[in-house]
Amino acid sequence: MSAAMTAGRAPAASKPATATPRRVPLLSQPRVQRVIYPLAVGVVLVGLWQALVTAMELPPYLVPSPYLMVQTLFTDWAALGGALFTTLKITVFSFVLATIVGVLVSFLFVQSKRIETALFPYAVLLQVTPIVAVAPLIIIWVKNPTAAMVVCAALVALFPIISNTTLGLRSVDPDLQSYFKLNHATRWQQLVRLRIPSALPYFFGGLRISSGLALIGAVVAEFVAGTGGQGAGLAYQILQSGFQLNIPRMFAALLLISLTGVALFVLMAWLTKLALGSWHASELSQD
Amino acid sequence: MNRIDPEVFAPPPHTASAVPAVEILSAQKTYPNGTQALLPVDMRIAEGEFVTLLGPSGCGKSTLLKMVAGMLEPTDGRLLVWRKPVQQIEQTGRKMAFVFQAPTLMPWASVQTNVRLPLDLAGVPRREADARVAESLELVGLAKFADALPRALSGGMQMRVSIARGLVTQPDLLLMDEPFGALDEITRHKLDADLLELWRKKKLTVIFVTHSIHEAVFLSSRVVMMAARPGRVVEEFHIDEPYPRTPDFMVSPQFARHAKRLQDSLLRASSLNEEVDA
Repeated sequence: MSAAMTAGRAPAASKPATATPRRVPLLSQPRVQRVIYPLAVGVVLVGLWQALVTAMELPPYLVPSPYLMVQTLFTDWAALGGALFTTLKITVFSFVLATIVGVLVSFLFVQSKRIETALFPYAVLLQVTPIVAVAPLIIIWVKNPTAAMVVCAALVALFPIISNTTLGLRSVDPDLQSYFKLNHATRWQQLVRLRIPSALPYFFGGLRISSGLALIGAVVAEFVAGTGGQGAGLAYQILQSGFQLNIPRMFAALLLISLTGVALFVLMAWLTKLALGSWHASELSQD
Repeated sequence: MNRIDPEVFAPPPHTASAVPAVEILSAQKTYPNGTQALLPVDMRIAEGEFVTLLGPSGCGKSTLLKMVAGMLEPTDGRLLVWRKPVQQIEQTGRKMAFVFQAPTLMPWASVQTNVRLPLDLAGVPRREADARVAESLELVGLAKFADALPRALSGGMQMRVSIARGLVTQPDLLLMDEPFGALDEITRHKLDADLLELWRKKKLTVIFVTHSIHEAVFLSSRVVMMAARPGRVVEEFHIDEPYPRTPDFMVSPQFARHAKRLQDSLLRASSLNEEVDA
């Protein structure tokens, strides 16, 4: 009996998970290429920029050289570092808020098609109304300026989480769903064992988009609020630099915003890999 | 109009006295748009039978199987499992398992967790469940792959996991919807042979859907031929050949004779079809 059942071991599965890497020239390895290629483009662009500024003798109040920009970043760190912290704080708070609210709304939506049909247009309405237009109202309504800015940024970041998570919670393999029903699975069991795991790839896709949007929302909210003083953010630094024609500092603040965005994206990609890692097709290496 | 002479479908004499595992009483399916997926079917399947539903696509064989499982409601008629509606199968002390055409595994969960799913859903204590999962995986020859993720396995192995998940509840009735349809010929033969072993060893009652004549002859004690547009049962065949059936059986004259009969019946069913169309 068992002889009949144990014989079949398909060759596909007997291969170990990680094949020992053959000696490939360093530059041919996709991992190295993924770093080297964009880096090379960056170096060329920055070099060109520096060369042009030097050759054409552009004044720093029009276009500062990259070198001056980095230098300013260090000399003005006292102001810029604090501003970075403020912007980062608003971004992270609004992102967390958007995630919590977005997930809750999605769970509400998938409870019944009627609820979703009734409420989804309002989620869209929230998404299509420009935050710049709504922000002044929110800033009037919410006393605490930080809280007001968090609300603004959260509104910007909310929609992708709602739409992606809702889609994910609905994207269950119909046969697998039948199987659960056939086995008299309760609603709770279906949610925890089937819907949530099925939704995770979509949810993380939403997080990746929303993390960037939270940063954009935070900067826009700061612009609109225009609050200066002690707890001012990077947007305020940019505004101030514009008034004072301190263009190198403006560039330094811009650089910080970009770097923050990239850092958020990398963090989300890493989280996605951590959560889905081995099973989802989107995380399989193409190597 | 297309009602089939009930005489043809009277239970065969040698199963009439046995305990009926499944009784299909004039069950039919019409979709809301008026499409007749299945004309009324009457069938009795005795305990321990291996019945194959054979026919071209669109003949309603999957529909019939899903009605037996309770996944689809018949528009009219009744289906009984050990003389109870399938929703009340627990009262009979019997269990049913369903194996889909695709492996239908949870891609995020290990083989072990996948096989344990029906036990987890039923609230079987973890220790007992794990023991039964190990036993079930042993049975399909996948004990070594308990911790693997489904995507690390070949198609045939994933199907074995799906069968192990079906067997882990120790079912009395196994419903299989073209389970090996997507596999290559060699893997399919292998799994067919393994399935027969399990059927004999566990004294299962099996209803097996396929569109392969060879698979039907090799596996079944009885073949139910179905035709399409509208879906209906047209003929029944008893494959009165002894078990165990070996690969030699597949090249024997008897096998060819049975296959020929089924082939002719399938052609007749198709020509019937043209009359219906005309």
